[in-house]
Amino acid sequence: MNKTIVGVVGIGVVVAVGFAIYNNTQATESKQKATPSKLTGKVLALGSTALQPLAEQVGTSFQEKNPGLTITVQGGGSGAGLSQVANGSVQIGNSDVFAEEKEGVDASKLQDHQVAVVGIAPIVNTDVQVSNISKKQLQDIFTGKITNWQEVGGQDKKIVVINRATGSGTRSVFEKNVLSDGQSAIQSTEQDSNGTVQKIVSTTPGAISYLAFAYLDASGIKALNIDKVTPDKKNVEDNSWSIWAYEHMYTKGTPNGATKAFLKYFATKEVQKNIVPKLGYIGLTDMKVTRDATGKVENK
Amino acid sequence: MDKITQKLMQKSESTKKDSLGRAISLAALSLIVIVVISIFTFVMSRGLSTFFHDGVHVKDFLLGSTWNPSVINPQTKQPYIGALPMILGSFIVTFLAAIVATPFAIGTSLFMTEIAQKRGAKIMQPIIELLVGIPSVVYGVIGLTVIVPFIRQIFGGSGFGILSGTIVLFVMILPTITSMTVDTLKSVPRHYRESALAIGATRWQMIYKVVLRAATPGILTAIVFGMARAFGEALAVQMVIGNAALMPHDLTSPASTLTSVLTMGIGNTVMGSLQNDVLWTLAMILLLMSLVFNLVVRAIGRKGELK
Repeated sequence: MNKTIVGVVGIGVVVAVGFAIYNNTQATESKQKATPSKLTGKVLALGSTALQPLAEQVGTSFQEKNPGLTITVQGGGSGAGLSQVANGSVQIGNSDVFAEEKEGVDASKLQDHQVAVVGIAPIVNTDVQVSNISKKQLQDIFTGKITNWQEVGGQDKKIVVINRATGSGTRSVFEKNVLSDGQSAIQSTEQDSNGTVQKIVSTTPGAISYLAFAYLDASGIKALNIDKVTPDKKNVEDNSWSIWAYEHMYTKGTPNGATKAFLKYFATKEVQKNIVPKLGYIGLTDMKVTRDATGKVENK
Repeated sequence: MDKITQKLMQKSESTKKDSLGRAISLAALSLIVIVVISIFTFVMSRGLSTFFHDGVHVKDFLLGSTWNPSVINPQTKQPYIGALPMILGSFIVTFLAAIVATPFAIGTSLFMTEIAQKRGAKIMQPIIELLVGIPSVVYGVIGLTVIVPFIRQIFGGSGFGILSGTIVLFVMILPTITSMTVDTLKSVPRHYRESALAIGATRWQMIYKVVLRAATPGILTAIVFGMARAFGEALAVQMVIGNAALMPHDLTSPASTLTSVLTMGIGNTVMGSLQNDVLWTLAMILLLMSLVFNLVVRAIGRKGELK
């Protein structure tokens, strides 16, 4: 019984590896043949689940323009994206964080292509009678110093902190911009995706968490203002709302062929002004500031 | 004459088929062995590199109670890698689920084999088989939308925790234990029952004093199999247990298991980093535990053979 299962899995693994090798050789072969006018080949982008819906959408629309091209987008997490692109198994590694911020990645080998901006807002269950909060209070809630909504002007209700998994891109962005150096969030319930967080906060009384802007429009949750600043596109563009991050597509060295064309297409006005905002991200062309890996913000 | 000698000296068609069949089964077997060995070597080499390459003490890992691999403890200059909360979480949900499921499983299978054999075979058997085949994610979704709110209403808090995990696992392992117990009870020889009844035992006395006694090793094996399934279950548990790497101090506060931490974290870490290695070490513990469960099953089987 057990042996059969192992056998079946084994055969599966062998077949999968075979396909992977076959695909890889094919991809490189066709990439070499590719010419700018008529693109063929395969691009595999893997990584961040926050960037996945956008990358899929842009991929589809790029394929419509270049029928000879196959663009595959997979999830797996920012960590997987960065490590897979660094060892050359995928063409593009999607990440929510700068490669420099991720331990174990040789960032010097990778080339960064920023494709969009994502804003993140703290959210609470709608039964919480608080709509504005100071940054200090938010820090204290996530580090466990404040445990009741009474302490921040709400009703007498226990605060249920819901976090994202350690190492998740959204969590790193949130902690980097909300917590000060050396602080770490209290151990609490952790969930593995924006979707689950949305569902759980909307059903758990007194719950607080944080979500990407694209997920804010749901019943049962509401976004909090921080120091009277509303979490919206306009405030991210001039950095008055500081919890935002770039979505990165990393390539190993300078991209060429289909990969290069795809990344170029991602930066066009057509994509940045239409597809990007439609899916709840913020276009790079709209940003009035830039930020580097160390967190330094400069006006454009 | 020569023709006959030739024919006799040559391999016949059937002999050829015979050796072909042998070669095919041998190839299949070696493939399986290779796969098993490579899985073991891979998990072991990655899992052990936490201790050899990253210099983590085994004691700190197994007995430390703070889990936060991306944060460095300022006093010891080591990351927080105490896996005890998850190890305890895994064992607690597994044992609780087995303890709750066993009486139900034994009751159901006694009903099916001793009390209402016809109805048991016609109605219960297909139902149990159906339950075995339900994918774990379905149990998880039901747990998240039914059990978690239910627990929240009764006990307060967020509803996530060991209790919710136990309930989901109980439902998941119940059919496994039941169907294996049914098989064991069926294999108790008919003359045991007949002798018991012949010397004047009631049906209950016969079940309790003879059938269950004779079937004990088989029932224990069934329970261990159920526990192995519960211990390795990832998805359904992850959805209801709350995934907080905290020491479990009561049944309704969020906790975590080895599997839930593993599935949550593996995509967010980079291969070769300490954060990734410690997850492999958790995988190694899971693998070793499934080995232990297998050995236990064998030991029970050998000790309790009917003579």
